[in-house]
Amino acid sequence: MKKLNGVRLSHDKGTEDCETVSFPLPKQVIIPLSQSMGAPCSCLVKAGDTVTVGQKIGDTDAFMSVPVHSSVSGRVSAVTDFLLPAGNTCKAVVIDSDGEQTPDPNIAPPSVSDKKSFIAAVRECGLAGLGGAGFPTHVKMNFDPTKTPIDTLVINAAECEPYITSDYRQMMESPDDIINGVLLVQKYLEIPVCKICIEKNKPKAIALLKEKTADIKSIEIVTLPCTYPQGAEKVIIYSATGRIVGEGELPGNQGVLVMNVSSAAFVSRYLETGMPLVSKRITLDGNAVTKNKGNYIVPIGTRVSEILEYGGAEAPEKVLYGGPMMGFPLYDTDQPILKTTNAILAFKDIKEPKTTACIRCGSCVRVCPLKLMPVEIESAYKAKDVETLKALKVMLCMNCGCCSYICPAHRPLAEINQLAKGLIPRPAPKK
Amino acid sequence: MNGLRVSPSPHRSAGLSTAKVMAMVVIALLPAAVMGCIYFGPRAAAVLLVTIASSVVFEALFNIIAKKEQTVSDLSAVVTGLLLGMNLPASVPFYIPVIGSFVAIVIVKQLFGGIGQNFANPAITARIVLMVSFSQMTSWVVPYWYKDGSSAADAVTGATPLAAGWLDNGTAMVSPFTLKQMLLGETGGCIGETCALALIIGGLFLIVTKIISPAAPVAFIGTFGVLTLIYTGSPTMTVYQLLAGGLMIGAFFMATDYATTPLTTSGKIVFGVGCAVITFVIRQFGNYPEGVSFSILLMNLLTPYIDRICRTHPLGAKKPVKKAKEAAQ
Repeated sequence: MKKLNGVRLSHDKGTEDCETVSFPLPKQVIIPLSQSMGAPCSCLVKAGDTVTVGQKIGDTDAFMSVPVHSSVSGRVSAVTDFLLPAGNTCKAVVIDSDGEQTPDPNIAPPSVSDKKSFIAAVRECGLAGLGGAGFPTHVKMNFDPTKTPIDTLVINAAECEPYITSDYRQMMESPDDIINGVLLVQKYLEIPVCKICIEKNKPKAIALLKEKTADIKSIEIVTLPCTYPQGAEKVIIYSATGRIVGEGELPGNQGVLVMNVSSAAFVSRYLETGMPLVSKRITLDGNAVTKNKGNYIVPIGTRVSEILEYGGAEAPEKVLYGGPMMGFPLYDTDQPILKTTNAILAFKDIKEPKTTACIRCGSCVRVCPLKLMPVEIESAYKAKDVETLKALKVMLCMNCGCCSYICPAHRPLAEINQLAKGLIPRPAPKK
Repeated sequence: MNGLRVSPSPHRSAGLSTAKVMAMVVIALLPAAVMGCIYFGPRAAAVLLVTIASSVVFEALFNIIAKKEQTVSDLSAVVTGLLLGMNLPASVPFYIPVIGSFVAIVIVKQLFGGIGQNFANPAITARIVLMVSFSQMTSWVVPYWYKDGSSAADAVTGATPLAAGWLDNGTAMVSPFTLKQMLLGETGGCIGETCALALIIGGLFLIVTKIISPAAPVAFIGTFGVLTLIYTGSPTMTVYQLLAGGLMIGAFFMATDYATTPLTTSGKIVFGVGCAVITFVIRQFGNYPEGVSFSILLMNLLTPYIDRICRTHPLGAKKPVKKAKEAAQ
């Protein structure tokens, strides 16, 4: 099997040995009601209501969405309009914590007996792809075995972005949750094979999970090469199974279900405890963070400013949700921790290199994991040449950023790929 | 405002720059340039300095006159100047390299839009312009000519390995130079083209550091070797042909020029094979003893077409299915 292209990054995983600790309880949280792909939730509480930890505060009838729960106990101080970092707006619930963290009295492990009740439980717990994409997990699981049979569960534990070690800590601290989660998914969804894919730079995690799964025939631990972006869905599917998810296809079309390693672990914990997704393990790092770098369990809705203050990051120049390759920059540090947040990175002394003329070195073509031609896409984009953009398959771009990263002329190629996608007319919605 | 910077991902860069890439090319060219100066003396060094200096000056002047951003610091003019100088005989009068630099930098490169935009290799085009314009371009001094103190004007001249031809000693064809001389470059020729060994070392350095892809040089040298072997039937003659003339400098440093050669591996192979065929035809059947420059220039002209045909096949791209869907609609 041919290896896909990519770039070699310095890992900068300085927090890999930092055991996860609970983040100090914030006085107030702000919980947006749209934290997954799909429909935003309607608000189930109003200002003045008393809420408990794990109480559902937002839900919707739409299938492509997951409910949202309170991460603290206390009083709802406001329900406001909220601008998410991606630029869309939704309602958000602001809750003043009473410091008690009283759990919702109705919380009990869900009764799961078959595929249907399992998927219902996965929806109820509010789980949406913890790796960062936020795709509702139950939607992936709700495949029709007669149409798209799935034979392989791929657990994404690549954690290919620099700095981030939250999934690594998950693997080192509670590997049993992961394995139980995998076995539950395999059992209820009848998936015979599971491949847990870990990048080579985490030898301890690989050894630990190999040891733990030595007697489990259905689980295989796959060592991925240290080439970014191993964690990208299409890349990890190819690396694990050799299958290629084609244009316009979902992993299901190739018989694969991909889950993030922390998502799998959470499924197991939820079925045991019944406590929905109210907190998230995140990595705090970056050169603007002067103290307390490490991994923290943070209540969802905690403001990033509190985390930065805890890390001694005064006046950082750039704050990212996620890693430096695909992370999302915050316009405002009052933004909260979301279900999809796996790291808060704060940087200072950033040198933004000057963009110069393209020298046609072809490095962008050489590194693209999907074998796209960013240099050609750029000229077609400038010419607004939609036919050429289609022929160059710009829609396949997953925005991994390898092209911009490698470009000696520092051209914003990944950005241009995204802009070019906008020129291609979308197919008319099916009626 | 809170002073936070917002920009699209990625938020880090490999730290390469055009200047760094060009500096690597200069480093790769140095062994051959130094060998050229050893064989052809201080005058060779002077010619190289004149081409580099005049290239940089023309680049700077053009940018000033055209009110363009100054691009001298990207070192591309240094590479062009050095390459051009290495493609000149050591004995040329100094106005010839200056004219060459003007053709390369102003006419071929800047008038077509500057770095990355030119369709023909500046150094090669300039060399061809000089070759068809000046008879001094085909007058070659012999190695170490300067050691007896003679001036460039009355230096002993000799033929290049390709122009000399093989001699019939009655029983067999004998080469005018030994293969060792050919490999080390102790022959007549352009300043930087004779030492095949130094050029191969420089080329390998660029391949290992991933500045260039091996596709075009391998296709060029390989195809040319096979064609020559089939035609001549003589392995010695083939190796001689491979080491002679501008083949090595052309294959490693000119058939790999970014702006004027194809982007993809398949395109680079087509380019290399095309160069090899044209070089072979000119050397064996043409009026000129050497054809590397012409072959690269001709293939430069075909590069946009090669690029259009030799696109990559993106992972998971489905052409026929999409067409079928469109037809159905």
